[in-house]
Amino acid sequence: MSLAAPIQRVRLSRDDLLMRIGVCVVAVALLVIVGLPLWSLLVKGFEDRDGKFVGLANYIAYFSTPALFASAFNSLYVALVCTLIVVPIAFLYAYALTRAVLPLRWLFQGVALIPIFAPSLLPGLALIYLFGTQGFFKSWLGGGQIYGFEGIVIAQVFYCLPHAMLILVTALATADARLYEAADALGASKLRVFFTVTLPGAKYGVISAALVVFTLVITDFGIAKVIGGNFNVLATDVYKQVIGQQNFSMGAVVGMVLLAPAALAFAVDRFVQRKQVALLTAHAVPLVPRPKLGRDVFYTLLCAVVAAGILLILGMAVWGSFIKYWPYNLELTWANYKFEAFDANGWDSYWNSIVMALGAAAFGTALTFTGAWLAEKTRGFFLLRDLVRLLAFLPMAVPGLVLGLGYIFFFNAAANPLNVIYGTMAILVVNTVAHFYTVGHLTATTALKQIDPEFEAVSASLKVPIWRTFARVTAPICLPSILDVAIYLFVNAMTTVSSVIFLYSPDTKLASVAAVNIEEAGTTAAATALCVVIVATSAAVKALHLLSDRFLLGRLQAWRRR
Amino acid sequence: MSYLEVRNLHKRFGDFTALGDVSLDVGEGEFVCFLGPSGCGKTTLLRAIAGLDPQTSGTIRQKGRDVSALPPAARDFGIVFQSYALFPNLTVGDNVGYGLVSRRQKKAEIAKRVSELLALVGLPDAGPRYPAQLSGGQQQRVALARALATSPGLLLLDEPLSALDARVRLRLRHEIKALQRRLGVTTIMVTHDQEEALTMADRIVVMNQGEIEQVGAPQEIYRQPMTAFVADFVGAMNFLDGVFAAPDRVQVGSVSLACPPQDGLAPGNKVRLCIRPEDVRVRDLPADVPNRLTVEVGELDFVGAFCRAILQANGVALTADFSSNLMRDLGVERGRTLDIALPIDRLRVFAA
Ligand SMILES: Nc1ncnc2c1ncn2[C@@H]1O[C@H](COP(=O)(O)OP(=O)(O)O)[C@@H](O)[C@H]1O
Ligand SMILES: [Mg+2]
Repeated sequence: MSLAAPIQRVRLSRDDLLMRIGVCVVAVALLVIVGLPLWSLLVKGFEDRDGKFVGLANYIAYFSTPALFASAFNSLYVALVCTLIVVPIAFLYAYALTRAVLPLRWLFQGVALIPIFAPSLLPGLALIYLFGTQGFFKSWLGGGQIYGFEGIVIAQVFYCLPHAMLILVTALATADARLYEAADALGASKLRVFFTVTLPGAKYGVISAALVVFTLVITDFGIAKVIGGNFNVLATDVYKQVIGQQNFSMGAVVGMVLLAPAALAFAVDRFVQRKQVALLTAHAVPLVPRPKLGRDVFYTLLCAVVAAGILLILGMAVWGSFIKYWPYNLELTWANYKFEAFDANGWDSYWNSIVMALGAAAFGTALTFTGAWLAEKTRGFFLLRDLVRLLAFLPMAVPGLVLGLGYIFFFNAAANPLNVIYGTMAILVVNTVAHFYTVGHLTATTALKQIDPEFEAVSASLKVPIWRTFARVTAPICLPSILDVAIYLFVNAMTTVSSVIFLYSPDTKLASVAAVNIEEAGTTAAATALCVVIVATSAAVKALHLLSDRFLLGRLQAWRRR
Repeated sequence: MSYLEVRNLHKRFGDFTALGDVSLDVGEGEFVCFLGPSGCGKTTLLRAIAGLDPQTSGTIRQKGRDVSALPPAARDFGIVFQSYALFPNLTVGDNVGYGLVSRRQKKAEIAKRVSELLALVGLPDAGPRYPAQLSGGQQQRVALARALATSPGLLLLDEPLSALDARVRLRLRHEIKALQRRLGVTTIMVTHDQEEALTMADRIVVMNQGEIEQVGAPQEIYRQPMTAFVADFVGAMNFLDGVFAAPDRVQVGSVSLACPPQDGLAPGNKVRLCIRPEDVRVRDLPADVPNRLTVEVGELDFVGAFCRAILQANGVALTADFSSNLMRDLGVERGRTLDIALPIDRLRVFAA
């Protein structure tokens, strides 16, 4: 081969040029909403209150203050315990849903998903009704109290269960029936089949679920805030340092300490996922469970108990929110829903939440889908496409509180021209989109990978501009995934507390934040009522989504029918 | 001047060389097949010609114009992929008219052209249906109509028939070929199926490991393979290992065989002697026929129209195809001995 032959340089078409500009725009956008805020946070940890560089002084101060250091230990401890409790329960529940014949299976699945639609405050508040100083079942605690470690654990189990369950249902649902037939044919015992076929098949799901629960617990703010009592954890420490003591530098240090385990868990998960891809075999025969009385009764009872626990907590919150004066006057009333009486913003905070959630859903869906499409389909331009992918992955590893703190430092800096959005609704939308970016990006990427890779080539050969094919073909085909992302962003925008708690202004206070404030002021009933409104809204939106999937999409997507 | 000139094309993926120095000419209106085993670089070459995955180095000229550096949208071609890549959410009519809409033609004109094209590919009524409602063969034709809609000067087909079942494949072979002849559009088709290439192509480009092995008409490729690879890949072939003895003689085991005179081989060189099973002669052998062998009939594989027989002679094993007629006339059966001849003009010699 002649080495002298010049490397062929290819002229860019207008499509190529537009797409490259698009990749640049998305990269800059992600840098602004993810990269730079995190960088500001990192820098802040090395500065004193006046912004002077002090090296590791803040970190030294942190690690030599036992009170602060203890929270790190508490966080790890509680996250570990919650993981050990949630994963086995979620596994059994998911096993029941996928491998047993349950009556009302859809109901059991639905009930277990409810906590996803609730702000994490809600289980904490419900536990206060049940076991707090005025609790129904307080006597069960035998003189102990719910505020603290035990309260956090119970509330977290409620809150994390659906996340773990969803992962494990997926892991268990992809089992290969042929493996079980082979094991049966070889006369393996039930226990042996479980340990040699079921568990290895779901191994990566179990690891993934454990890491997700661990991260959720360690980064969650709402539950620890409401029911943590004197049990300090990292999340509440960040809040106290920043909101209570206005010590931003120390807040940044605690934030970095909080980032470490979350990022580590994320890295481990990525590593494990990669291995799993290599292990996946070609088309397996799906496993369809056959009725078997003993097993089915056992799992039905088990699911009933877990579902009852979830409904008890949810039901308690709903009931409590209508009670006049717990536990002395159990008359029902709407009084707790007259939020004007408890918070200056009244119902406005709810409408703020709706506006914010709609904004995040619209803006976030457009950005994640377009970004994923550009990252997948642009020709050449590898460096910037990889940068987009990296920045799209980053938010998954970053706790909301940490991101929110980074936003303070970055967007509130006097020198930053973008500081005009500080204190507006825009920063809440942008922050929420950034916080939940990864799932949107991954969903869009998966959808794009499933469609024919040659649409763009066909379009180019027919001299049709690529944006036209994007609008007429690619996006319509991906509509179901696009809707999934929009709903996901909406629900999370409704329920999130952690990252927006640093960013609201009096005019833009959100319902979830108002609930924290009201609870802080000591009015459990109104805070609970606000949480119930949030659950009802997100669940209703999700229900609408399911209905539209059934009916509207069916009509729009007639082309899917054979 | 040929319609398409490919010169010294190289394509590397990292350290892997997918195309090494490929040069090729395609005449106007010609139907050319790229034929070769899977992974030999056929698709890579096709995509370089289309500009979809540009070459690492080398030039491509189309109709005298240097298109080497042009993006696909600036080149003149229509393409049909193995997957067809039909837009599933558009009707068949909208798929076929997809490239016409952006040309700012009138709606009525587009509709007319679309129905023309659909009639051309034999699906006049498929317009309002969606691709998912069509069979594989019908989808294939829609993809063809879509690629032809803008009247491209060059039609590129990447394994267009390989996803279809055998019967449909046979019928579409003829239809595509007839359509191509009627429209006179210069066509390149990629295939790994030698029968497909032999029946459809005006000229075949046989490829192996990123290089062109031979270019020629189907007859030529079949009758006069230039390399052992081509001889082996196209059609069935006997390979007899031997030693070059004289300019026109090869020693195979204990048998000495006459062959066409060879240049470039020295006595003592190891060679492979080739003959196609159907070229083994049995009937009406003259007494002085060269390369006469007495063989014993071994296994007989019934293949329908003929029998493939394994013959043994002095440690030399070869296969021969016998028609049913011949089998009956000569009473060929397992264990019988038979006189055969290997016609000199049907023998080919390659260095081993
Ligand atoms: N994008 C790519 N990256 C790396 N290797 C590739 C790529 N595309 C093709 N190849 C390699 O180049 C070789 C030729 O591929 P291809 O042209 O698709 O073969 P075929 O003749 O079957 O169409 C194969 O070995 C393939 O693995
Ligand atoms: Mg190929």
